[in-house]
Amino acid sequence: MWKWLHPYAKAEHSYALAGKLMPWFLVLTIPSFIIGIVWGLAFAPADYQQGDSFRIIYIHVPAAMMAMAAYSTMAIAAFIGLVWQLRLAEMAVAAAAPVGAIYTFIALFTGAAWGKPMWGAWWVWDARLTSELILLFVYMGIIALYNAFSDKVLAGRAASILTLVGVINLPIIHFSVVWWNTLHQGATITKFEQPSIATEMLIPLLIMIFSFATFLGVMILYRFRSELLQREQHRAWVIKLVQIKGRG
Amino acid sequence: MAFTSFSDFIAMGGYSFYVWLAYGVSIVSVIALITHSVLTRKKILKQVEQRLQREKRIKAANNREHSL
Repeated sequence: MWKWLHPYAKAEHSYALAGKLMPWFLVLTIPSFIIGIVWGLAFAPADYQQGDSFRIIYIHVPAAMMAMAAYSTMAIAAFIGLVWQLRLAEMAVAAAAPVGAIYTFIALFTGAAWGKPMWGAWWVWDARLTSELILLFVYMGIIALYNAFSDKVLAGRAASILTLVGVINLPIIHFSVVWWNTLHQGATITKFEQPSIATEMLIPLLIMIFSFATFLGVMILYRFRSELLQREQHRAWVIKLVQIKGRG
Repeated sequence: MAFTSFSDFIAMGGYSFYVWLAYGVSIVSVIALITHSVLTRKKILKQVEQRLQREKRIKAANNREHSL
């Protein structure tokens, strides 16, 4: 049944497939980013309470959501890598970690720049903010652990185990605004009722979320290919690839 | 359009510092990520190429020794 999938478990085919998919993700990222950012910054109406400061939402929310999506992807890849001993999946974990870390940093930073005018403080030790900060530390831990081993098979396994341990933080982040009395507001879109945001503010937000998602795809694919080249550098297919590049 | 003029847009209803700070730092972080990714790939390709050339030189030197 899974026979058709098998060839992609070969490094060379994965490299080619990732290379084929990457431009499609890029083609989706660029226009959605331009449309989303222009719409959000200039065309969406100002908030009746927060004025124009609410426009930070158009990077804050997509970055925070996709930081968690990146982590979920990594956790699935780590699980597959550990259970079926698929080294390619462990490489995907290593490829996604820096992207997730940058997204988490963006979510935290834009949150601080939004918190200062609205709450009067850059930072508060609120449950949502603290759990998000822990996510950043988990990401940095995974990256550091992966780079600490020169044996990349061992590094991949160690990073995957840490990734799975860190999954516990995801529900904590998501439900932190429900479980604790937080300064951070509750969920606006990811809940079962109607989203509590005006449509003309919601559409550009959804476009930006889409853009952050496809950019995540571009970066994971790009870094995954680099990871493959690094790990397989003594194999014939990489040598052939480098020789062709050197000549052309 | 939510703003009447360009200077109005830059002013962001009095929140210009916070809005542009958030957008600016985000863009810089993303550019840093892209730069790092591209440089890493280039470094790897260069390393492999240098290794191949070194191996070629060693092979050539060995052949010369044998022919002497």
